[in-house]
Amino acid sequence: MNELLDPLLLARWQFGLTTVYHFLFVPITIGLATSTAVFQTAWYRTGKLEYLKITKFFGTIFLINFAMGVVTGIVQEFQFGMNWSEYSRFVGDVFGAPLAMEGLLAFFFEATFIGLWIFGWDKLPRGLHLATIWCTAIGSIASAYFIIAANAFMQNPVGYEMNAERGRAELVDIGALLANPVALAAFPHTIAASFMVAAGLIISAAAWHLARNQHLDSMRPALKFGLWVMVGSGILTTLFGDQLSLAMVATQPMKMAAAEAMYDTACGADASFSLFTLGTPDGTSELFSIRVPYLLSFLSTHTFDGCVEGINDLQAQYTDLYGPGDYTPIIWITYWAFRWMIGLGLLHVLVAVVGLWVTRKGRMPKQAWVWKVAIWSFPLSLAAMIVGWIFTEMGRQPWIVFSLLPTESAVSPNVTGLDVLISLVAFTLIYGILAVVEVRLIIRAIKKGPPELGEPDPETGRVEPASTVY
Amino acid sequence: MDLTVLWFWIVAFMFVGYFVLDGFDFGIGMSLPFLGKDDTDRRVLINTIGPVWDLNETWVIVAGAALFAAFPEWYATLFSGFYLALLLILLALIARGVSFEYRHQRPESRWKKWFDGMIVVGSAVPALLWGVAFANIVQGVPLDADHNYTGTLFDLLNPYALLGGVTTLLLFFTHGVVFASLKTEGDLRERARRLATKSGLITIVVAASFLLWTGLAFGTLWFWILAAVAAVALIGGWIANLRGAEGIAFTLLAVTVATAVLALFAALFPDVMPASNDPANSLTIENASSTTYTLTVMSWVAVFCLPLVLLYQGWTYWVFRKRVSRASIEAAAH
Repeated sequence: MNELLDPLLLARWQFGLTTVYHFLFVPITIGLATSTAVFQTAWYRTGKLEYLKITKFFGTIFLINFAMGVVTGIVQEFQFGMNWSEYSRFVGDVFGAPLAMEGLLAFFFEATFIGLWIFGWDKLPRGLHLATIWCTAIGSIASAYFIIAANAFMQNPVGYEMNAERGRAELVDIGALLANPVALAAFPHTIAASFMVAAGLIISAAAWHLARNQHLDSMRPALKFGLWVMVGSGILTTLFGDQLSLAMVATQPMKMAAAEAMYDTACGADASFSLFTLGTPDGTSELFSIRVPYLLSFLSTHTFDGCVEGINDLQAQYTDLYGPGDYTPIIWITYWAFRWMIGLGLLHVLVAVVGLWVTRKGRMPKQAWVWKVAIWSFPLSLAAMIVGWIFTEMGRQPWIVFSLLPTESAVSPNVTGLDVLISLVAFTLIYGILAVVEVRLIIRAIKKGPPELGEPDPETGRVEPASTVY
Repeated sequence: MDLTVLWFWIVAFMFVGYFVLDGFDFGIGMSLPFLGKDDTDRRVLINTIGPVWDLNETWVIVAGAALFAAFPEWYATLFSGFYLALLLILLALIARGVSFEYRHQRPESRWKKWFDGMIVVGSAVPALLWGVAFANIVQGVPLDADHNYTGTLFDLLNPYALLGGVTTLLLFFTHGVVFASLKTEGDLRERARRLATKSGLITIVVAASFLLWTGLAFGTLWFWILAAVAAVALIGGWIANLRGAEGIAFTLLAVTVATAVLALFAALFPDVMPASNDPANSLTIENASSTTYTLTVMSWVAVFCLPLVLLYQGWTYWVFRKRVSRASIEAAAH
């Protein structure tokens, strides 16, 4: 019973649940807003109706997703104060600034222009209407930058000084905060990965129709676009991911050790990357593994004779620095999350390359399994994104702000276990129900296919149905 | 000027923006069972706020973030202290927001009925609870020496705060119904105007008692001035509605909401969370604020952004200035 009503544990579960849930909608919004803008630009420049069909088709899916992103985002903005009031008091002077900048500079912009785009088809000139979807896309990407800069402070605190009297971190250099090396690597990595998710969605939806030999005029170009974006953004995600690991080794070596479940410091050939490991149930020693020598050394230092610090050495260092305690994240989570992220990510690039090959020069594969594989692109690329996020956040534990504030000291002292249990149950229920509705609506919108369009009006260039109404 | 004072008023301005804008769209949500005779009516009503509810709601996110950045202690005390009340607001906002988007995805009337219900409840709950929350802030709540709230949810539901909640509920309702008369045509427009006349009368009585109670208990000079403007604007708005001057009525009610919110902030100043048990535990603009450096950075951001935000949001309202007709809704495929 005490375990059940532990406010810290419950608050952590709630933050994890609501954040992962919110994060399902974020990469789709970022990637799909930009993709939709590209499709609409193609229509604007060529006047080809199939591009407008693609725009409207993915625009509909984008909208079903966007409302969820907005409302689950309000929860994010509130729950630092609600569940983590000690954290808020401790970092507010630093952490609040990028959040407020996100709201003022990016989110207002995004939320306003999305309304103009949805309802403005018949109210704005074509060029201006096109600009509104680009503004939405730019707003969503800018928004991600500020959020990642805020998060990077939790991973690698910079630009602050401690005020011992008030017991809080205080901002002294906004430039350093916004140019945090972790943010500079994590931002392009996350954006590129968001494009992979959007590409996955586009590939899945297009493949569903192509497998049934329907809507070929619009779904074939959509598939090609999705495959190319998947390959391109997959390569970028990998390159920026590599930069992010360097930054991670430099700032949070424990996270890299935990990603590898590496207990002892190793150098050169011994700093190997394990592809697969079976360990004893308590996780302290391994039974079987497949390893690539030198790879971990290369990933961590970009040299083949580098050394990578192990968990035991880091634990000893941290005990000296920060006092007695357990400074190790939950190893099986970080180890497997890291592998699933990389594995699923690389798999998608491979699938997309094969996809480009089998559809080259207008070919259409007849085998049903090719399309089945393609249809799995969306859920699996989203899963890769989510495990990546889980890795980076769980790898930060037991700190809420690395080296400054442990998670257990950050929770609201006056919010009882019962309070958090009530909210956790409420969020789980409402999010669960909405997930079912959301998935059904998206599948329904995909199956319905692109809309039938009339001929363009010779004067305005508008195409019926031009208006959107609720 | 002292930056903490500036930011106190910027935060006030953010909440003014939120309550003026999201207030009337809560009102539209609550008006569905009163004005929406059939599905087309209800769709007309929802479409009057279709392009803007999302940007209106963004104001609460930005207000929360501004509070976090400028007054972290205020943000931490308020949000952890009013935990369950804010949870209810969040759940309501979630249900309401997705309902706008989901309602029109399927034609079945059972499906629509379900989401209509969520829109009504999801609009009424925040309209009531935001008033309860702000009345409690002005009145003061028990805080310990670390500024943590020591009461329960039920301590927040005291008579004064509930009167504050009913005031915002009625005010937002009437503002929304006036907006409906401004944005619709024919029979619906006429019914909205008549409903606003009735609800406006009740609003005047309730709001006057709330402002009077606030003034007698916590009033300052500025509170009385702002509250007087709010009262005059409310009565003026009611008369304008009676005469069919919908634009003027809507504007005057917006002035009412804005000045009433500012009056509450004026009654609060320079405290931000007064402690009802011991004034020594109160949070003020001094002990709740961020450093001068952070406030300076944020001031530049706000000075640069807010005029732009007002400009492009104003333009959005201008783009969608036309009335929503039944014919246009019926013509549009689902």
